[in-house]
Amino acid sequence: MSTSWRFFRFASPAAFYPLAGKLVPWFGAVAAMLAAIALYLGMLRAPTDATQGDAYRIIFIHVPAAWMSMLLYVVMAFWAAIGWAFNARLASIVARAIAPTGAMFTFLALWTGALWGKPTWGAWWVWDARLTSELILLFLYVGYLALVSAIDDTRRADRAGALLAVVGSVNVPIIYFSVVWWNTLHQGASVSVTAAPKMASVMLIAMLLMTLAFWAYAFAVVFVRTRAISLEREAHASWANDAVRAARPEPGMST
Amino acid sequence: MGQRRRARRTAGTGNVDVNWNSAGEFIAMGGYGLYVWGAYAVTVACMAAEPVLVALRHRAAQRALSDGGRP
Repeated sequence: MSTSWRFFRFASPAAFYPLAGKLVPWFGAVAAMLAAIALYLGMLRAPTDATQGDAYRIIFIHVPAAWMSMLLYVVMAFWAAIGWAFNARLASIVARAIAPTGAMFTFLALWTGALWGKPTWGAWWVWDARLTSELILLFLYVGYLALVSAIDDTRRADRAGALLAVVGSVNVPIIYFSVVWWNTLHQGASVSVTAAPKMASVMLIAMLLMTLAFWAYAFAVVFVRTRAISLEREAHASWANDAVRAARPEPGMST
Repeated sequence: MGQRRRARRTAGTGNVDVNWNSAGEFIAMGGYGLYVWGAYAVTVACMAAEPVLVALRHRAAQRALSDGGRP
């Protein structure tokens, strides 16, 4: 097993640490640039919606946040499972680094949804299948974070977290298809690969650009957190000391 | 008409059609300002705070190593 893993050059914290450090500024810059364009298009150029007025402009952050909340959960569960099955340290670290960002996007999806629901449905919250399953996703993220931080033995915590993450991943298709399977107050999918777009193209472009911005943001933040956790866990290793010493000559910005 | 031109100038490009006639109209969001800006404010706050927190965590990990690490 260990020989086959040598092909994965960046599959160890020691190799990934400097690579992630180089990529973070680029992902950050791309996120800022795309978010600026998306906000310009969505908030200044896009026309007022005929039925919802300007309340619909919440869509430009609500849908990207909701997509990221589900995508990050799947990615977290995937790396947690890889870390468990192949005893790969970096994969487990990445899974743990994703969780707080995923939880944040889940919270933002719920928050922006509540502020959109009040003016359009007349309610901040309803126990509708889509909303309830998204709330369960938040509990899964929080439960994962609580579980891994409650177990002192790092690798045991990783395995317990992986089990929770993998079992909990059944919730993701439930969220996605909830608007199809149940009669929900929440509207159906706004974007589909098979059907023609249901909204003006400037709105669609703004929403997709914001999704890419959130995606690049998630990469940047998760990579910095991966670097932090790698140093915390492998403080005894010579690579960690070398990496910190290499960063010391430039005391300004070293992400 | 003059307001219209000002909105165009704020956008920074010569010949574009901005949805708003004035800054006040933009802030009011057709009466939904509280909801729209409430959603955006919390999103911006979270996405501004998280990179700072994560950078501080990384910095702390680096400092712990350079202070307590082997010489």
